[in-house]
Amino acid sequence: MFELFDALLLARIQFAFTVAFHIIFPAFSIGLASYLFVLEGLWLWTGRDVYLRLFKYWLKVFAIAFGMGVVSGLVMSYQFGTNWSVFSDLAGPVIGPLMAYEVMSAFFLEAGFLGIMLFGMNRVGKGLHFAATGMVAFGTVLSATWILAVNSWMHTPAGYEINEVGQFIPVDWLAVIFNPSFPYRLVHMTLAAYLTTAFVVGATGAWHLSRGSQTKDAKKMLSMAMWMATFVAPLQILAGDFHGLNTLEHQPMKVAAMEGHWERQKGAPFIIIGFPDEETESNGFELEIPYASALILTHDLNGETPGLKDVPPEERPPVATVFWSFRVMIGIGTLMMLIGLVSLWLRVKGKLYTSRPFLQWATFMGPSGFIAVVAGWIVTEVGRQPYTVYGVLTTAQSASPIEAPAVAGSLLAFIVVYFLLFGAGVMYILRILATSPNKDELPMGQPTRAAGTTPVASMLNVGEVAPQNG
Amino acid sequence: MGEAIDLPLIWAAILSLAVFIYVVLDGFDLGIGILFPYLQSDTQRDVAMNTVAPVWDGNETWLILGGGGLFAAFPLAYAIVMPALYAPFILMMLALVFRGVSFEYRWRDPDHRKWWDLSFHWGSVVATFMQGIVLGAFVQGIEVDGRAYGGGWWDWLTPFTIMCGFALLASYSLLGSAWLVMKTSDDIRDIAYKYSFRMALVTLGFAAVVSVWVPFQSPLVWDRWFTTPNFWYVAPIPALTLWTAGIIFSAIRRRRDYMLYPAVIVLNTLGFVGLGVGLAPYIVPHAVTIHEAAGPDVSLGFMLVGAGLLLPVILLYTGYSYYIFRGKVTAENGYH
Ligand code: HDD
Ligand code: HEM
Ligand code: HEM
Repeated sequence: MFELFDALLLARIQFAFTVAFHIIFPAFSIGLASYLFVLEGLWLWTGRDVYLRLFKYWLKVFAIAFGMGVVSGLVMSYQFGTNWSVFSDLAGPVIGPLMAYEVMSAFFLEAGFLGIMLFGMNRVGKGLHFAATGMVAFGTVLSATWILAVNSWMHTPAGYEINEVGQFIPVDWLAVIFNPSFPYRLVHMTLAAYLTTAFVVGATGAWHLSRGSQTKDAKKMLSMAMWMATFVAPLQILAGDFHGLNTLEHQPMKVAAMEGHWERQKGAPFIIIGFPDEETESNGFELEIPYASALILTHDLNGETPGLKDVPPEERPPVATVFWSFRVMIGIGTLMMLIGLVSLWLRVKGKLYTSRPFLQWATFMGPSGFIAVVAGWIVTEVGRQPYTVYGVLTTAQSASPIEAPAVAGSLLAFIVVYFLLFGAGVMYILRILATSPNKDELPMGQPTRAAGTTPVASMLNVGEVAPQNG
Repeated sequence: MGEAIDLPLIWAAILSLAVFIYVVLDGFDLGIGILFPYLQSDTQRDVAMNTVAPVWDGNETWLILGGGGLFAAFPLAYAIVMPALYAPFILMMLALVFRGVSFEYRWRDPDHRKWWDLSFHWGSVVATFMQGIVLGAFVQGIEVDGRAYGGGWWDWLTPFTIMCGFALLASYSLLGSAWLVMKTSDDIRDIAYKYSFRMALVTLGFAAVVSVWVPFQSPLVWDRWFTTPNFWYVAPIPALTLWTAGIIFSAIRRRRDYMLYPAVIVLNTLGFVGLGVGLAPYIVPHAVTIHEAAGPDVSLGFMLVGAGLLLPVILLYTGYSYYIFRGKVTAENGYH
């Protein structure tokens, strides 16, 4: 028994580790693909070079990020079977087809047009190339839609029956796909991807500006990103609020853990800081805003909110992890909205590109989206515990019959390989970002393009994702 | 969805097709990875890489369809096979990560290009070898206990599976060199011809060994092949294989750039059909049939609608993408 538990814990850590790594890349490439689509569209529409330069610049980054997303995603699709075989057997009839649709409708679309998007500009002409970029962007969003339907179903299962061997059998596909939490999760995640990308783009612009290279390109990046922050960050907070209300309805214990509430109570405070302790079933040191939680969750100062003690301890999620991850996410959300507002004010005053503290702040916010995304997912997934299919199938029942040493070995291998290879990828992306999108400043230490191309021709030569080794 | 349609059978056919397409497509880009160190200069390696750069991602997506499709259509088989082959699958995934990232990294970091070339090569070799082991373990049989894997953790490691690993290495290198013959010219094409010849010999040798070994190992396969009337139905397979081998060697001798790769595909098709004959109707050989492992008809029917609409479209635009990047790749016209 003890051994089984060990293997289970290791499998959970492995899944969490690999999926947390995976989500970083899709979150970036969903946003980046759409951004590239917008840039190319603006270029075709206005004919201004700055858009083409930015397109080519971010295309290089996209190629790397997308590659990492693909290989880390491949790992995910096999891991359901290797490590969660009982879950696969039982839930396969419901979620398998959704994932098959993801492959057939989204992954092939992305992969099929990626080649054209990266290398095909001088082979297919502008219009078709733009269409290919659109297909890739559409594919990334579609892929997120399907996988989020899968994931949401695990949180709020609907439209199924259970057969004699314990398998989930779909009875109503629409109810399966449009399960109660799906619309909220889709909106919140898609906005998260856009914000994540916006803050990377904005930080790149801000960094170049703060180092004194006041180029059109850097200004454009910062400006576009800050418009996103101004308008989308508040939207995201709103979406998060709705998502939370939905969770309150379907997974009250998750919300109790997010809030750090042990007792069911009326007029609950919002605990800003606290130290949830599962032994004593209370929080050490609390800093709180009275009534705030009741107001947010029930829209009534004296509304009643659930407490963890409503259920026995073994049905509660790990409280502190959920509690703290939630605070990381909303903290970042608040900061994002704030910088959006400040940028608007600076824009009006004409200081957006010159205020040093602001530029430094924007640079600093570069990775914030990734952190918020991973924190948000930890809230979601750890908050679902101890279940994989909420309320029906526990995590302990889901695991493969695999011995602890085997899982320990694979986990170790994933950790080493991921940090090594994806670390290198992140470094290469940073290296690109350290160069200016302006053509005359080429990437560090890399040879120029093949001789003989005129500047104009090379402008059109989007195909060159990476400079040729001459 | 009446009784009339045998959905599990249709899905078994679709998945076999997906795996087959995977083998002939990703086979060539893995094959290029295997042959990578035998190319003689950075320029040759650049060209070889450029022949696959626009398409490798699409090729690998067929593997995702294979895995995802197995999960969706035959969840029980997926749940048995994956834990049974835990180590080979994990190693295959890690190897695919190594080679997958190298495609971009080697261009981004000329100072460490050697490393990324090595990572591309060894990633391809290990991924191929593990796929061979998986194939071998399938043929050899997987022990089942109730609805789960019932064997030990090293059952997959036998002389037979190791031989299958080497056989697949040879077969993918042949696909890779035949692809290079078609997509390149001059010195690099000459090298590709040289390896095509050697790898064709080795591949056929392995095919012969497998054909002798498998029937002795599995009574079921023996039955399929060596009892009448079955024998007369399957006899064309080895005959056609010999004939294809003849075409392959003549294509190599007469330098028919565009004949070699198609002929190699035919060779693979024959091998694939030959194996299939020995395995049907099992999906986990000797233990679980496709009908036992299949998900419910509601799931298979729902997916079939999508597959019917989407797979033809996928084939169309995949074909289109190959068409756009048609023709020989040279050091001057490469995409990178
Ligand atoms: C840029 C990223 C980002 C930002 C700024 C926020 N979130 Fe978020 N949040 C996510 C990214 C995210 C996410 C990673 O996308 C999650 C994980 C699962 C999901 O659908 O979205 C998530 C989950 C998530 C959940 C869990 C829902 C559940 O599991 O049932 C809640 C309640 C919120 N969010 C609420 C908020 C609030 C109130 C925010 C603002 C203050 C906020 N989020 C900002
Ligand atoms: C959208 C598709 C996703 C699906 C289908 C999914 C599915 C699962 C499954 C099957 C488990 C079982 C293992 C367990 O409960 O321990 C799990 C756990 C977990 N997942 Fe997800 N997941 C998804 C996305 C994510 C993302 C993007 C993250 C990013 C951080 C994440 C983080 C976690 C964590 C931290 C656990 C471990 C929870 C615990 O054991 O306490 N998941 N998920
Ligand atoms: C919210 C969670 C997830 C989202 C939004 C998401 C989205 C995406 C996207 C957009 C891609 C395209 C490649 C890229 O952009 O890098 C991708 C790749 C992939 N994802 Fe995920 N994914 C999630 C979780 C998962 C999980 C849990 C699995 C495992 C079943 C998975 C399987 C895959 C696979 C196999 C690929 C490679 C596809 C290709 O070749 O393009 N994803 N994912």
